[in-house]
Amino acid sequence: MSEIEGIRDVVAVVLLLAGAFLCLTAGLGLVRFHDVLTRMHAGTKPQVLGILLIMIGGAIRLEGWSATWMLLLVAVFQMLTAPVSAHMISRVAYRRRHVRRDLLLVDELRTGEAADRLYRGDEPADAPPEEPARALVESRREDGDLPPV
Amino acid sequence: MTAVFYAAYLMLGAGALLTLVRLARGPSLLDRVVATDVLLVIISAGLAVYAALQRDPTVVPVLVVVSLLAFVGSVSVARYIGGMLISSSGDGQDVGLPLAAEEQSARAAEGER
Repeated sequence: MSEIEGIRDVVAVVLLLAGAFLCLTAGLGLVRFHDVLTRMHAGTKPQVLGILLIMIGGAIRLEGWSATWMLLLVAVFQMLTAPVSAHMISRVAYRRRHVRRDLLLVDELRTGEAADRLYRGDEPADAPPEEPARALVESRREDGDLPPV
Repeated sequence: MTAVFYAAYLMLGAGALLTLVRLARGPSLLDRVVATDVLLVIISAGLAVYAALQRDPTVVPVLVVVSLLAFVGSVSVARYIGGMLISSSGDGQDVGLPLAAEEQSARAAEGER
């Protein structure tokens, strides 16, 4: 009995330490990476795998089924909601040019000539230049400062 | 066992501190949203680690609340920014972020002409 308890504790502690390590890698990735999409990539590590490992470890360590069900609820909820929020954030990030386009290998959302050159004013300072003078004229035209073509 | 305590809390604390660095520095609002999301996940992970190591199930309901809060917060801020995408006109200064560098240079070049 005590040997089985010891094995259970070792497994649980290993899972907890692995989850905590994933949280550390998320912090490192958030500081080191350079645009919103790559930071989201770093942030998803503890959101899915880290929470899952820690919940399994906690369910092994804690006694009683109520705690186990609640931990399962947290894990399921996290896995349901993480894709939704990641999708919304990345869509807004792409549309508002918070993406380093010069570092992308494949850009499947780029629709063509007039993808988005308009300035909305809150692009990050290191956003790649996309014909600044022409974009300025176009955004002025959209605002009504210049006569239409 | 105490070594495990220290190792787990040290890793979680270092991750949370680095996330706070990104939250403070993050050049755009979306970076801060991502950092807040990760920070809440790290907080709930810390609560779960505490509950597991102390064998103390009283903080487990808090985990459910924190994970709900993280989702609602990030989605509402993302929708708020997405709404500004369509409605913000002018130079977008209501966003509270500085002008993009190349727009500044383009405006300066236009002013010289």
